[in-house]
Amino acid sequence: MAEHQDHADDHGQAFYVKIWAILLVLLILSILGPIVAPHVAFGFLEAWMITMMTAFGIAVVKAYLVAANFMHLNVEKKYITYLLVTMLMLMLLFFAGTAPDVMEHKGQNWENVAAEAEIERALEAQGTADAHGEHAREHEDAAH
Amino acid sequence: MSTTRPIATTRSATGIPTGKLAVWWVIGSEIVIFGGLLASYIMHRLGHPEWAEYASHTNTWFGGANTFVLLTSSLFAVLAHHAAEHGDGKKAAKWLLGTCAGGLVFLCIKAVEWTGEIQHGYTITANGFWHFYYTAAGLHALHVIAGCIIMLIIARDAWKGKELQRVELIGIYWHFVDIVWIFLFPLLYIAK
Repeated sequence: MAEHQDHADDHGQAFYVKIWAILLVLLILSILGPIVAPHVAFGFLEAWMITMMTAFGIAVVKAYLVAANFMHLNVEKKYITYLLVTMLMLMLLFFAGTAPDVMEHKGQNWENVAAEAEIERALEAQGTADAHGEHAREHEDAAH
Repeated sequence: MSTTRPIATTRSATGIPTGKLAVWWVIGSEIVIFGGLLASYIMHRLGHPEWAEYASHTNTWFGGANTFVLLTSSLFAVLAHHAAEHGDGKKAAKWLLGTCAGGLVFLCIKAVEWTGEIQHGYTITANGFWHFYYTAAGLHALHVIAGCIIMLIIARDAWKGKELQRVELIGIYWHFVDIVWIFLFPLLYIAK
């Protein structure tokens, strides 16, 4: 509890409000990202790269600020950090093991015919819908 | 009701109070649940170029407003914890009610948002993107509802000055729910 008491003295209410204000600034930046990106893109730095950075880069910073300062991970015993990192590693293991079969639609000895057909059908439907300005049409098609 | 506490709540091998340790283990398992769901979404999104068009129909302003609401409710939760640490149960209870109100506003915004989307034909069965959209945001919303219910129970005790350590525990859970939304927001609303 002594650890907690020291911590409470260091982190007054004003400190938490300051962290919240930083989080709000980051939120605004992440919303502005895709709007501003096309105007600031130059050379190899394309608009989508800027959007990815403002979207996920900022999300990681926001998550860190909340975990460290609101959940007090910065003063919590290391046991908890190890526990959380282990779970994140399990998530990455799941991704690494499954993603190749989902992100690719054909390999050396296999082909996901259904996925390929769906992509072709949907892209074609979207092209037709855009030409006629009927954005909802492909969703209706998909629903039937 | 017996006033003696079970031995498991009073001893600790890790040096972390048992209740708090339990909450962290809940969060550990939640990371795998939400992590698995979001990882599945990411791999499908990358493998299906046609999803870009589907994703373009989500409304960034609804998502942004809800992020603001959850971040603010997280501030209230940590202020409740701050009050509880100083032994002020009534103040802690008031902040917890504020946090709970944030959760309700979040759910109301989501209800309006979903109603509009469903009316436009973007239902959970429309296509793969909307499956994930409603499953991920829906599972998250269930966590918000559960958090609000638990928070009301803890606030009632805190008001009487009882079990103040629980204010921190519900706070940790609420911040985790906030962090899940911090990642759902760019995935479903920004990167499109």
